[in-house]
Amino acid sequence: MREYQNIFTQVQVSAPDYPGVPIGDAERNRTKGMVHNHLLGKLGDAQIGPIYLGTLGVFSLITGLLAFLIIGMNMLASVNWDPVQFVRQLFWLSLDPPGPQYGLSIPPLNDGGWWLITGALLTLSIMLWWARTFQISRNLGMSNYLAWAFGAAISLYLVLGFIRPILMGSWNEAVPFGIFPHLDWTAAFSLRYGNLFYNPFHMLSIAFLYGSAVLFAMHGATILATSRYGADREIDQITDRGTAAERGALFWRWCMGFNASMESIHRWAWWFAVLTVITGAIGILLTGTVVENWYLWGMKHGIVPPYPALEATPVVDPMMEGAQ
Amino acid sequence: MKFFNMKWFAGPALLSAALLTGCDLPPQETVQRGYRGTGMEAVYSPEVLEELVATNQVPAAIPAVSSEGPKAADIYKNVEVLGHLSVGEFTRLMAAITQWVSPEQGCNYCHVPGEGFEEDTLYTKKVARVMIAMTQNANENWGAHVGGAGVTCYTCHRGNNVPEQVWTIGVPPRHASGHKHLMQNVAHQESSVYTSLSIDPFTPYLLEDGVARAQGDTALPVGHTESIRSTEHIYSLMMHYSDALGVNCTHCHNSRAFGSWEQSNSERVKAWHGQQMVKSMNNDYINPTNDWLPAYRQGPLGDAQKVNCATCHQGAYQPLLGANMLADYPNLGSLAPASSDPIEEAVEAMEEMVEEAVEAMESAGLEQDDLSIGEAH
Repeated sequence: MREYQNIFTQVQVSAPDYPGVPIGDAERNRTKGMVHNHLLGKLGDAQIGPIYLGTLGVFSLITGLLAFLIIGMNMLASVNWDPVQFVRQLFWLSLDPPGPQYGLSIPPLNDGGWWLITGALLTLSIMLWWARTFQISRNLGMSNYLAWAFGAAISLYLVLGFIRPILMGSWNEAVPFGIFPHLDWTAAFSLRYGNLFYNPFHMLSIAFLYGSAVLFAMHGATILATSRYGADREIDQITDRGTAAERGALFWRWCMGFNASMESIHRWAWWFAVLTVITGAIGILLTGTVVENWYLWGMKHGIVPPYPALEATPVVDPMMEGAQ
Repeated sequence: MKFFNMKWFAGPALLSAALLTGCDLPPQETVQRGYRGTGMEAVYSPEVLEELVATNQVPAAIPAVSSEGPKAADIYKNVEVLGHLSVGEFTRLMAAITQWVSPEQGCNYCHVPGEGFEEDTLYTKKVARVMIAMTQNANENWGAHVGGAGVTCYTCHRGNNVPEQVWTIGVPPRHASGHKHLMQNVAHQESSVYTSLSIDPFTPYLLEDGVARAQGDTALPVGHTESIRSTEHIYSLMMHYSDALGVNCTHCHNSRAFGSWEQSNSERVKAWHGQQMVKSMNNDYINPTNDWLPAYRQGPLGDAQKVNCATCHQGAYQPLLGANMLADYPNLGSLAPASSDPIEEAVEAMEEMVEEAVEAMESAGLEQDDLSIGEAH
C-alpha cells in the first residue's frame, strides 16, 4: 500500500472537477476554468482553479502589476534599455527612494518620484489583497486568522516604507526596490543606527523567527510520522483524538516532558509567525525615532558587556585630538 | 528500501562543490587581534599569502653613494625638487626612478634624446617632479600614516608608467537620457568591490571633504542626520579600504560598534590619517598637474588619475608587506629645503640629522612592540 513516506506526496486522488461549495451571489467572482496536473498533485492538490478573484483581486493585480512594471522600466532605463544588460545586472539594479535633500516633499519623477508612485501602487495592491483575504474567509464561513496574520506582515511593510520614513521626515529612510540594493539598505540601516542586534525587539523577532522554523519542523515531522495512523486528518483529531494524535503527543511528552495538543500547536505556530513581524515592526519603528544608536543604548542599559582596552595606549578619535 | 541512492546525492554534491570554488580552500590560519569572542582576527590563506609575498618583492637597491661633493642644483640646470642632493645621489636616484617607473622606455620616457636634460618638453618630466615632491611630502609630513616604512616611487609604480590602480571622477554607465543615474547599482564594478553600492566612493571622501561617519555618538537622537544614502557611500568606501588592504572589517573595527574609537585598534587611526593624506595628495599634487596632462592620461571628465588606498597597498595590509625601501633611498624622505642659503642649509641638515636619529630610536622601539603584538601593527 502506498503511504505518505516520501519527500513528495505519492498518493493522488483522481477526482472529477470540483468547483467548491456554493456561495450564492458571490459565485460570479469565481472563474470557471479547472484543470488537473499530475506533477502539481505531487506537491499539493492536482486541481488548478477555479480562482476567486473578485473586484478586489482584479484591482489588486492591476495595481501590483503596475508597480512591478514601473520598477522594471526604471531598471531598464538605468541600463539604457538594453535587455542583455538588464538580465546580466538584474540583481544589482534598483528603483531608489528620493534623496535625503527632498525630505518628505514630492521629488521629480526621475529622482524618487517613480519610487513614491510605485510605493503607493504596491501598498494599494497589498491592502486590496488583504481585504480579499477577509472576503474569501467570510464566503467560506471561516474566521479571520489568515487575514490578521497577513495584516501582521503588512504592519512591518508599512513601518519600513511609510510610517517610519514619515516619522523621520525623509523618504530616503525607506527601502529601495531592488535585490542587492534592499540588502545594502538592511546593512546600512544597522550600521547607521549603531547595530540592530542590540535592539531588543530585533532580538525578539529573531527568536520568534527561529522559533517558527523549529515549530514548523517539529509539527510537520510529527504529523508525517503519524500519518500512517491517520494524523493527516489532524482536524478530526483535535476533537476526536485517535491513535495518531496519541502517539504524536506521547512522542513529545516522552521527549521533553511537555506536549502541545493537536489544536494548540497551531496557535503556537500562528503566534510565533505573527510575533516575528510584529516585534520586527516595533523594532524598526523605534530605530532612529526614539533610539539613535542601539549599541550605546545597550551600553547604557547594561545589555552590552564592556571589554578591556585593546592596546596599552587607548585609541582616540583623531578628530577629537585636534580639539584637545 | 534503498534510501541512499547515489543519484540523489551526486547533484547536490556537485552543486556545492561548484559554489565552494569561489572560496579560499582550507586550511586557513587565524591570528587573534582583539578581545576573545569579538571575531577581531586576521584570516590568512597560505595560498593567497604565498602569492602576496611573490608579488610584493622589492627590487635590489642600487649601491649607496656619498652625499658629499657638489650639489645637483649647482651642476645641472632646472633642478627643483632634488637640487639639495649630491650629484652622485641625484644620478643614482634618476637611475632608480627609471627602473621603477619606465624600465622599458628608459631615460627617454621623461627626457628627449639630444635635448638638454633641463628642458621640460615632455609632460612626463613635469609629472615626475610633482610626484617626487609628493613622495617627499608624504615621508616628511604624513608619518602618522606612512611612518616606519615610508614610501618611494616603487611603492605605487612597480615598474609601470602609471600605477596599476588609480581612479578618476566617476561617470554613470550608459543609461536612458531621462533617467537620473545615482552612480550605484551597477554590476561588476571594481570600484564598488562588486557590490551594488556607490561606484565612486572616492570623490566625496578622497577628493572632497566628506566625513566618513555614519553613526551618532549618543544613545538617543540629538539631531545627527546622516542619511541612509550617505551611510551606503561610506560602506562602499570601507569596502574599498578592505579590498585594497586584503583585510576584513575587524582589521580596524570591533564590528559590534563600528563607530566606537575606544574599541578600535590603532590601525583605524592610521587609516584615518591615510584618508587625509590621500586627499592632500589628490588636491595639492595630482589635481594641479591636470592643466598640462594629455587627454589620454585623464578620466572621462578630464581630471587627472588620482590615488586611493589600492594605489599603494595593492592588496597588502602594508604596501610591499612593510619593506622599508626608503632606508635605501633616504633622499626621498623629506622635501627640498626652501632656502638656498648655505648656512641655513647646514643648520637644517643638522636638525634633520637629529630628528632622524630620534625617529630611528623611536621606530626601533616601535618595532620591538611589533614583535610582541604580532604582524600588521
